[in-house]
Amino acid sequence: MGFDAEIFFTQLFSVAYLNGAILSVGVAIFSLILATIIGFFVALARTTGKSIVRAPASVYVWFFRAIPALLVLLIMWNAMPQVFPILRENWYTPFIAAVIGLALVESAFMSEIIRSALMSVDEGQKLAGRALGMSPLKVMTKITIPQAMRIALPPTSNEFIGLIKYSSLASVISLRELLTTAQVGVNITFRYVEYYTVAIIYYLVIVSAVTLLQGYIERKFLWTSKDAGKVPALKKLSGNRSLI
Amino acid sequence: MSETTTGEIMRVKNLSKSYGDNQVLKGVDFEINKGEVKAILGPSGSGKSTLLRLMAMLEYPDSGDIYLENDRIGSSVHSGKIKHLPEKKLAIQRQEIGMVFQKFNLFPHLNALHNVMLALETVQKLSKSEAEARAEEILKRVGLEEKVKQFPSELSGGQQQRVAIARALVLNPKIMLFDEPTSALDPELVGEVLDVMENLAETGMTMVVVTHEVRFARKAAGQVTLFDDGVIVEQADPESFFTNPQHERTKKFLSHIH
Repeated sequence: MGFDAEIFFTQLFSVAYLNGAILSVGVAIFSLILATIIGFFVALARTTGKSIVRAPASVYVWFFRAIPALLVLLIMWNAMPQVFPILRENWYTPFIAAVIGLALVESAFMSEIIRSALMSVDEGQKLAGRALGMSPLKVMTKITIPQAMRIALPPTSNEFIGLIKYSSLASVISLRELLTTAQVGVNITFRYVEYYTVAIIYYLVIVSAVTLLQGYIERKFLWTSKDAGKVPALKKLSGNRSLI
Repeated sequence: MSETTTGEIMRVKNLSKSYGDNQVLKGVDFEINKGEVKAILGPSGSGKSTLLRLMAMLEYPDSGDIYLENDRIGSSVHSGKIKHLPEKKLAIQRQEIGMVFQKFNLFPHLNALHNVMLALETVQKLSKSEAEARAEEILKRVGLEEKVKQFPSELSGGQQQRVAIARALVLNPKIMLFDEPTSALDPELVGEVLDVMENLAETGMTMVVVTHEVRFARKAAGQVTLFDDGVIVEQADPESFFTNPQHERTKKFLSHIH
């Protein structure tokens, strides 16, 4: 039983794999967004001087860094609905459970990335913002966060790629993501090589896209006027195209 | 609460500040008149920068009062007790006081124009076009009209400090505080910053300048102050200060820098 190119190409362009890939990327995107929001506030809490705020945040990070993501997903899908009846309703899908579960775990890691990024912004920056009469909130949103983002971007891209792979764990709560799609196909056809190769190709394409996106965003954070110089040229190009 | 004499713009009364066991300011008193330029000299670690930070309300004093045009700033008095103002109220008062730092502290993620525009837009709520016009005008005044699109990493130290001066100046402060504005610069870049400051002094801006630049103190300052060990040692006009100092400590300090 050699490599059957026909099976390979049929599966490569099948709706099942595409759906699986969309679910994997979807879980990763939404859990990263949620994890970044939670992680930001946990990071803020961990950098305050008040121990009453700092302590619960530290416990949160300690807890979710210790618990395996697989266990969190099982708890989210199996245990939580037993405790909270609202989670037995139809809206609570494996997708939502996976997003929340992975976000809880990921937020503990993101909070550390964000904390180190916030701490890396020079104290003089905040001082200068305050001296200009900016409120603490404005200093945070206009000065600290834009600078911290540049520091946080590469490790966050790493985490995003990790989440895409972690999404395969959601197969245990019956989410038909990319790897589950491959596994289901294999169980029926026993064409291991073709089905797994398709999965590899999908993961490679997804991660390549993420890497390109990371490069694109990083260029936005170069903070040089050379980028600004390119903008008129681009505008000119698109202007010409609209004339055609 | 009339603490003001004729023309006085800022008064500092009995200002003290400690960091742990180290008392940095030991009851400092002084006042500055409108349009006056005061140069503060003194050895490193004498408390000069701390004094400026307290005047800019970037830190709370342990005790003492600061008045800007008659009004107590940084704190309020309630039934005899002095209370520090919360950060939000301080932010409003800080707009009246411009501050220039030794290390420029320009925002690296914004170009020169946007560095100057930021507070106009976010604090003074000017429209983008209004803020841009004001920022461009002030950058022109410090000779940087060609550099508005450049980011801090693309500017020389002297240019960065001129942007920092423009950034503080654009809010129309009543007084400008300079914390060793040329100390982080290569010697050949000091002149362009001092020129901007001298021009500013000529326009009647009230300035307090912590500096090691004797040339500036001699030429542009109305009063020169020697600050040492948390207290003001001597205050005089530049001519008397440099040629006929009264205190031993001043003589010793001047012998080191000449």
